[in-house]
Amino acid sequence: VPDAAAKIEIACTVNGAPRHFRAWPMERLLDALRTELALTGTKEGCGEGECGACSVLLDGALVNSCLVPVAQAAGSDIRTIEGLANAGDQLAAVQEAFIACGGAQCGICTPGMILAAHALLQKHPHPSEDEIRNGLSGNLCRCTGYTKIFAAVVRACQAMSATR
Amino acid sequence: MPSPKEKLLGSSVPRKEGRDKVTGRARYVDDLTFPGLLHGVTVRSELPRGIIKKIEFGPGIPWDEFTIVTAGDIPGENCVLLIEHDQPLLADATVNHPEEAIVLLAHPDPYLLEEARRAVRIEIDPLPPIFTLEDSLARKQIIWGEDNVFKSYAVNKGDVDAAFARDDCVIVEGEYRSGAQEQLYIEPQGMISIANPHDGVTVWGSMQCPYYIHKALVAMFGLPPEKIRVVQAETGGGFGGKEEYPSMIAGHAALLAWKSGRPVKIIYDRAEDMAATTKRHPARTRHRTAVTRDGKLLAMDIDFALDGGAYATLSSVVLSRGTIHAAGPYFCPNVRIRSRVAATNAPPHGAFRGFGAPQSIFALERHMDRVAQAIGLAPDEFRRRNFIAPEQTTATGQVIHEAVDMNRLLDRALRESDYAAKRERFARENPDARVKKGIGFAAFFHGAGFTGSGETYLASVVEAEVTPEGRVRIMTANTEMGQGANTVFAQIAADALGLDYDQIEIAQPDTAAVPNSGPTVASRTSMVVGKLVETAALSLKHELVSSGLLVAGENSAEAFARAARIYVDTRGPLRARSQYHAPPGLHWDDATYSGDAYGTFAWAVYVAEVSVDIATFEARVDNFVAVQEIGKVIHPVLAAGQIEGGVAQGIGYALTENVVWQNGRMANGQMTNYIMPTAADLPRIRVFFEENPYAFGPSGAKGIGELPIDGPAPAILNAIENATGLSICEIPATPERIMQAYDEAAAVQEPEPVRPRA
Repeated sequence: VPDAAAKIEIACTVNGAPRHFRAWPMERLLDALRTELALTGTKEGCGEGECGACSVLLDGALVNSCLVPVAQAAGSDIRTIEGLANAGDQLAAVQEAFIACGGAQCGICTPGMILAAHALLQKHPHPSEDEIRNGLSGNLCRCTGYTKIFAAVVRACQAMSATR
Repeated sequence: MPSPKEKLLGSSVPRKEGRDKVTGRARYVDDLTFPGLLHGVTVRSELPRGIIKKIEFGPGIPWDEFTIVTAGDIPGENCVLLIEHDQPLLADATVNHPEEAIVLLAHPDPYLLEEARRAVRIEIDPLPPIFTLEDSLARKQIIWGEDNVFKSYAVNKGDVDAAFARDDCVIVEGEYRSGAQEQLYIEPQGMISIANPHDGVTVWGSMQCPYYIHKALVAMFGLPPEKIRVVQAETGGGFGGKEEYPSMIAGHAALLAWKSGRPVKIIYDRAEDMAATTKRHPARTRHRTAVTRDGKLLAMDIDFALDGGAYATLSSVVLSRGTIHAAGPYFCPNVRIRSRVAATNAPPHGAFRGFGAPQSIFALERHMDRVAQAIGLAPDEFRRRNFIAPEQTTATGQVIHEAVDMNRLLDRALRESDYAAKRERFARENPDARVKKGIGFAAFFHGAGFTGSGETYLASVVEAEVTPEGRVRIMTANTEMGQGANTVFAQIAADALGLDYDQIEIAQPDTAAVPNSGPTVASRTSMVVGKLVETAALSLKHELVSSGLLVAGENSAEAFARAARIYVDTRGPLRARSQYHAPPGLHWDDATYSGDAYGTFAWAVYVAEVSVDIATFEARVDNFVAVQEIGKVIHPVLAAGQIEGGVAQGIGYALTENVVWQNGRMANGQMTNYIMPTAADLPRIRVFFEENPYAFGPSGAKGIGELPIDGPAPAILNAIENATGLSICEIPATPERIMQAYDEAAAVQEPEPVRPRA
């Protein structure tokens, strides 16, 4: 049974703002985000790193936050779905594209999928179909059959190119 | 140029709750919290069948801090009421399947709670279990009722025996099997409850059917209906998996809340969700078919059997739909279908998209290819000689009055998939290839809405009201779970009233605030409930016109809003109500299982192109074409999304989604080893709609949610046969199963198996 006294101080940057909280070192980053920071946009689908619903960006890299002990995130820069839209509520291109193309159905995989798509477009600004498929293959979606998600990535890619 | 309103139906407006979903603001049950919240867990049976002797609470746990609930704490009936009264909320004397709930625990600390769950020891005297359909039907043990059979049906058309006695026909037999399938919505199930004798019971959660939960909680607590309130939180996928099981979790959370006096949240983790909740029924279908030498169906004798698991749940209704779809979109003068669903000591099987039809249609469409082969006809030509035409009858004797044209759908599907050229090319190239290619199809139909008199019994009600701002709010109990109900209802209401899409609000399903418009199942939401939305909305307008505030024929949004505001200011609330009435001329007889099973059907032909690597025995779907006639398409993007998603689930059902059973338990209850398709696994799914408006759907729409999972499995297995010559009659066609079929075929043809090496 965990002992509250064993909690450690964690300092990190979350969605651009410095955050400090206490957590057990081996607590899942997923739980710390959801409970300590009330960032419930990050979802738990499987708890074993298979579904990607808990995806966040850790120092720019896409990770399953259910597999990251919070101690490992100390000092890092974390981005969650809540931090993707710009200030003033302007949605990111990927978010707009998911709405326009029907890339979100039930929405439970959507935060992780959008972060995966965002990470993919950072790495491959003009991804091929195979790069899209592989880039999103760690994020499971049971609703869409992925077709509309691929379309959303292509649309976001076009929108981002147009504004560059 | 038409105004945007005129083309609202048929246009892909943004999903109502889309912005909340892409920003992470949408609130699912696990995102909700309450002051003083306790977490709840369920202690379950490890054995499949036995008598509960003793419950012990082991050392090392501060049990006095815990709320502990057993069957004795249930204020009302110990039953998850749905159709039968057989399934307990908490087992008390006996257990009938692994993972059956026995004890509930609640505590503020979820980590300590998990330790506590492991410290509860339940001593059970084992009884002999049965795990297979065959053992159940042979009554090796009687584990349910007098004969293990939850329900049976008999459909009789014409004289099957006389047809089989003719000496001028070919008779083809076959047996087909399909395994269980996990719904695998990405949001696991969960509920939160606040409950006490003064305020009654309230639950919030992930669900499809708020009024099913409401009915179950009324019985569990013995409270008047107005003391029970059920509220849907944003729901992360259902696919049938959140049709009946949420009543169980709602009851558990409410019992813990009732006893503790504090809010209680129960969220299943993935392992618990997969182990304990319902799955698609495993099925065995036997076909015996008489066909003339020129390829006309003479008689179909079909035996359809489902494994129901330990309790009745929805099995009788699943069996019904599977039975009615078992003879497919063909005209055959003589049909006999016998069907049964029987008990085994596994967790109950339940609703999953398609609801019995994917099982019986898989069998039928594999069988149709084999019948065609037996009489030397191409699969498409054999279908063409037997497709049902307008004014002909289905197996239940329903006369098809709609202008169905299956030939046209088949033509389009074969053309879009380049079927003929590929079949020819694959036949030429396969002999020298390690990776064999094949193409196959399935033709099928799916009835929309409840079967037979089901919708009449439901008598669904929808309400619409004008808000003080002159907007319109639609109130139904139908849940948004990804399929787009909110969006489609808003489109229908806006179109009926001449309003903008954004002027329609959709009320959150909450039994304290919305009428009972029935469950969100059976491809009924857009078609049946959508029609009620249209009617209720039109009643609002009618009232404004009769009150002299709106000129008849005035269709501007501004005029409506102005009239509505004046009405509310001067006369008070403006609310309208609509209730389901069956379309005229529909007759169904439950006693003979004959008549008009559905108001309408969606019709489809799906084509799958596969590669089978005969070194690894892995089959892949390379291309997929889905052609369907679904009435008026209200929202092209959402409609295509339903088809693509259903096809993806169907591809998983056909090839990889294998539930491995060990002593009644799912042995591979993890996403790691229960394999659903990823983005890297699926082909392009190309979707084509034909529109033939249905007179009693909103603007002509039919239901589509379930349709797309009926066709992929038989189309894929037919394609595998085209690629390899292997006639595989069981799904999923895993590499192991394909290899086995290959070895068996080789053993028949050659003295020694000759499996090529990689």
